Amino acid sequence: MKRRNFIKKATLSSLATIIGVDIVFGANLVEGYQPLALQQPDPFKLFKLDNEMVVLNDKPWNIEAKAHLLDDNITPNSKMFIRNNGKIPVDIDAKSWTLTIDGESVKEKKTFTINDLKTTFKQHTYQLTLECGGNGRSEFNPPAKGNQWTIGAVSCATWTGVRLKDVLAAVGVKNDAVYIGYHAADTHLSGDPSKEPISRGAPMHKAIQDETLIAYKMNGKNIPLAHGFPLRLVAGGWPASVSGKWINRISVRNIEHDGTKMKGTAYRVPKNPVAPGDKVKDEDMKIIESMPVKSLITYPKSGAIVKKEQAFTIRGHAWAGEVEVSKMEYSIDFGGTWKPCNLEKPANRLAWQHFSTEIQFPKPGYYEIWARATDSEGKSQPMLLPGWNPKGYLNNACHRIAVKIK
Amino acid sequence: MKPTSNEYQKLLRKAERLAYVALCALVVSLGLLYFRVYDPTFSLFKENYNMAVAPIDEDKIENGIHLSTGFIDAIGVMTVVNNCTNCHSSKLVIQNRMNADRWNATIKWMQETQNLWPLGDNQKVIVDYLVKNYPPIDTGRRAGLTNVIWYDLKN
Repeated sequence: MKRRNFIKKATLSSLATIIGVDIVFGANLVEGYQPLALQQPDPFKLFKLDNEMVVLNDKPWNIEAKAHLLDDNITPNSKMFIRNNGKIPVDIDAKSWTLTIDGESVKEKKTFTINDLKTTFKQHTYQLTLECGGNGRSEFNPPAKGNQWTIGAVSCATWTGVRLKDVLAAVGVKNDAVYIGYHAADTHLSGDPSKEPISRGAPMHKAIQDETLIAYKMNGKNIPLAHGFPLRLVAGGWPASVSGKWINRISVRNIEHDGTKMKGTAYRVPKNPVAPGDKVKDEDMKIIESMPVKSLITYPKSGAIVKKEQAFTIRGHAWAGEVEVSKMEYSIDFGGTWKPCNLEKPANRLAWQHFSTEIQFPKPGYYEIWARATDSEGKSQPMLLPGWNPKGYLNNACHRIAVKIK
Repeated sequence: MKPTSNEYQKLLRKAERLAYVALCALVVSLGLLYFRVYDPTFSLFKENYNMAVAPIDEDKIENGIHLSTGFIDAIGVMTVVNNCTNCHSSKLVIQNRMNADRWNATIKWMQETQNLWPLGDNQKVIVDYLVKNYPPIDTGRRAGLTNVIWYDLKN
């Protein structure tokens, strides 16, 4: 009896080292009871994540990065945010996977295997910035509904695939086409098979851009499961929800696509500015298209203590949806003065741009470094929160880090 | 210079003692390692080690927290657990801060689009619980930086 108990306890305690916390009454667990944490797979192992990633939600999985984790020029899988509206599909067989192009505005419905796509169309690779429409939601006041993303729901990975426009040309699109909408294999949280967790899309002008891909590779390898294996629509610069994961069908529509999360307040903002907390009617909302200009200081991590004589460098990335970032500045006096940073050109259209600069501090003390990007249309990031909206989208307020000079 | 037989014996005894000390240290450290890994609370020495069988179930509450969901223990907590964690995680509820109006609108949205069942009288219990225990915090137009973890930056 004692021995058995000991073994059970030893096993549970070993499990505790895996979970990372002690199961306080490990020895007292009733037989057959599985601690709740063990019923859930460990997301860090499941998705091969860096251990500093932050889990906002475990049903469905929603996980974000921290600013300093995004220091790489090309975001690796381990530091890429995960956003799900439903359950990740299981038992995917890439060999038998097909993509069907249908809808009111195709001349003829056509179905492709992944191999068909690879052998029929030219392959393209781009670095594409994907940012969740709700990135920064946690700062809105009054609070906005949804996962409370802070700053880490953005990535810029390398995506490889075929152009959607090439596939659409091969299928044949009618003149009345206005929108494409994707359908995918993820399942609704309620388990209702008649419901799609999400089915969004883009107007034709976005669908036929060179950089809009039906991708089968991310960073040179098969797309990781959480990011859409085996096929993902990738439309950089727009809310990442346009870039549907696990897609098996794209409908070419003669109306604005009316799938799940295209209507109501989902991925929509008020047509006209509203006061914080205002109620906004559905018909007064418009679909988010290009994401606004934004930047992140990815080095150093906030909280650095440095000696005054020490050389001090910051670096990070800036992006501006459909357009380019043309100017990058920083301030160490809360916006009193702004100084320029070195800003690189993007690797390709819709890729984020890298910036860096050396900073000299006039005297010891507490500082905040604020970063501000300006896009090619002259729009800059606000220091305060931008316009409030019911779902808390499009927060592109300046990122800042704290520094102490000794 | 060669040691005499007497000195040789002394050296031998010294070596023996050293060996004993090393052995003891090894045993003690192995013991400590055992407790660090398998029994950090030293429960092996506690009396009712075998007896106390207090089952942890999904409804266990400790230090004012409903353990399996993380919800604050207060009036209505089980109604919230039973109606709000079937489809999505409690984490989604806890991270949201809304007033009664907006919670009611959210419930209506979940009923229209997410297959949430009619809540009847429970709706008031749930909304009251959420508004009381997870109230919105006024952060103004931009909150200051908080929870900064300071570290020495090496070049």
